[in-house]
Amino acid sequence: MDKLLEFLSFQDPNVRTVTFGTIFLGMSAATVGTFAFLRKRSLVGDAVAHAILPGIAIAFMLFQTKNPFVLMSGALISGWIAMLLIEHLSKATKLKPDTAIGLVLSVFFGIGILLLTSIQHSGAGNQAGLDQFLFGKAASMTRSDLLAYGIVALILLMAVILFFKEFKVLSFNPDFAQASGLPVKRLQFILSTITVLAISIGIQSVGVVLMAALLITPAATARSWTESLLVMMVLAAIAGGLSGLVGSYISFAAPNMPTGPWIVMCLSFLALFSLFFAPKKGVVARIRQQQQNRKKILSENLLKTFYHLRENNPSSRTFSREELLEKRPFSDTEYNTALGRLRKQFYLIPEGHNWSLSEKGYEEAKRVVRLHRLWEMYLTERMRLKADHIHPNAETIEHIITPEIEEQLLRELDYPETDPHHSPIPYPRK
Amino acid sequence: MEALYIILTAFCIALSCGTLGTFLILRKMAMVGDAISHSVLPGIVIAFLVSGSRNNIPMLIGAAAVGVLTTVLIELLHKKARLQEDASIGITFTWLFALGVILISAFTGQVDLDQECVLYGEIAYVPLDLIITHSGTNLGPRPLWVSGAMALIVLLVTRIGYKGFFITTFNPDYAKALGISTVIWHFVFMSLVSLTTVVSFESVGAILVVALLIAPPATAYLLTGRLKTMLLYTAILSLLISVCGYVLATWLNGSIAGAMATVAGILFAGAYGVYKVKAGKGTKAPLKKPAY
Repeated sequence: MDKLLEFLSFQDPNVRTVTFGTIFLGMSAATVGTFAFLRKRSLVGDAVAHAILPGIAIAFMLFQTKNPFVLMSGALISGWIAMLLIEHLSKATKLKPDTAIGLVLSVFFGIGILLLTSIQHSGAGNQAGLDQFLFGKAASMTRSDLLAYGIVALILLMAVILFFKEFKVLSFNPDFAQASGLPVKRLQFILSTITVLAISIGIQSVGVVLMAALLITPAATARSWTESLLVMMVLAAIAGGLSGLVGSYISFAAPNMPTGPWIVMCLSFLALFSLFFAPKKGVVARIRQQQQNRKKILSENLLKTFYHLRENNPSSRTFSREELLEKRPFSDTEYNTALGRLRKQFYLIPEGHNWSLSEKGYEEAKRVVRLHRLWEMYLTERMRLKADHIHPNAETIEHIITPEIEEQLLRELDYPETDPHHSPIPYPRK
Repeated sequence: MEALYIILTAFCIALSCGTLGTFLILRKMAMVGDAISHSVLPGIVIAFLVSGSRNNIPMLIGAAAVGVLTTVLIELLHKKARLQEDASIGITFTWLFALGVILISAFTGQVDLDQECVLYGEIAYVPLDLIITHSGTNLGPRPLWVSGAMALIVLLVTRIGYKGFFITTFNPDYAKALGISTVIWHFVFMSLVSLTTVVSFESVGAILVVALLIAPPATAYLLTGRLKTMLLYTAILSLLISVCGYVLATWLNGSIAGAMATVAGILFAGAYGVYKVKAGKGTKAPLKKPAY
């Protein structure tokens, strides 16, 4: 607890630099990564992260300096070449995109490793620390590093704000962007450039291999919660920043723990949690929704059975379990689920061991039957399907039709009296 | 002698990787191979902690199981959680790799692995890890035996299961219609890929495994459209890569694994040139036709 307070007070300037640095990098990578995710370029991001290594090594060999701007220019150039190569190989040869990505990724990385190890073994002065690009160097970030990354992050943010609308169209509907006269090539160039820039500063905090996570995992997390691009971006940035904070806290509290992998662990945890438990889009919510739908369909089917029984012999009102099951087979659990649900909604009234429809239940049953018969009518009249082909389709659609569609069907068919099988279509009581 | 050991080990690894990689790229699963090569790391570390040694068979199989698990996880995220496929791959392998690095840091001293080794291997140390019998006879380096055995297994399984691999790769629907289980072949194949990755891991590291899995088959694929020829070309390329890679590394005094990936890239560039020249001829021919 003391450790946490000590950490959060940010007394130690070193801790302050590292923490703000990782938060910063996490947020800018997440913001730009949202577009990479939406354009389904996650793995291209991974490849570019690996491919900037030779650029860094060559920049160092040429200028013998570790100035972040020099190294970053090298990174930018080789990242760009890699991106173009992937695009070209998957378009101009018979190689599939994933093969092109894997090929460029591993070959560029191999070249980078060869150059880096060669530099290290040659014993050139001040080469120490180049391998921080491999594993990230969050823990040893200095103030001048922070300044440099801050400037780049600011440029990225500016570009995103400036071209927000254009990037949005480009991500969701590139064909439309082309057709509406946007300078697609130029926009793609800008978007790719800021992606490569974000990657080349991002690997400072998590290293080459884990960079893909910093780029896309926040976006995947955010996607589960919202449909709006702006909200998604903000959420992704929060997830990226939060993970940066957690990662640097863990390596502060346990100094032999690496920052980068913990950032990725935290990100992945957020992503998995969102994928499973987010309302509406999460796995759990979807399963629950499916169960609800199944129950609704079951109980509507049981209601219909009541209606059909009454239709066949108008004199009787109450029906036994056996009569119902004879009309339409349900399994025991299905029958009990449907019955329970209908009772709770006061659609059914128990009478001894038998059941009868309540007033409300009768109207509801009429509604379902009406939709079924209306749809059958529509299929024969408008789609010109034969009367003996339409029942299964109507069985499914009757549970889905909304009041608005019902209204439209009625108008379209001019309030028909009977369905194609000559059964009357029941209308609600006036 | 040392050079020969290194080159032979590299060749055995390249041969197993190339053979499997051929099917991998034809099945459009190149990036799944990339993911597996990263995500076996926690498997290796845990197996190492449990068994306390490297290179015993249960450890290899345990670690390879994590590789197969990766493919299941990717599938699960993609199908059940409806995450797009590229993101499922990206999230799964980065997560497992991060877990592996954390485990290494948590148990430093107990695990004979470090981060550099994970990324680009230590094939230069192959000649140091010798098997010496009780009577004192030197049987040669252990990694050479292990990777040699692996290459043999891979070649044997592809030879025996050639028809199965062939049909499930090119026409899975037809395979299903014939009653051939694509799922079983998929798992046999994925287990082989995982096992190869684990065996190759400490010699050449995660990234070179990917280079050897993808680059030689991709090169061969540009040169031919026939599976058998492709496998043959891949084998020849593997030999070239091991020899030239070693020479290049000695010349530049750099990482052997890195040099091999570089050579793989150069060979690909060459094949690309040939491919373009051929394609160029193909497109020019119709232009001359209007003469008659």
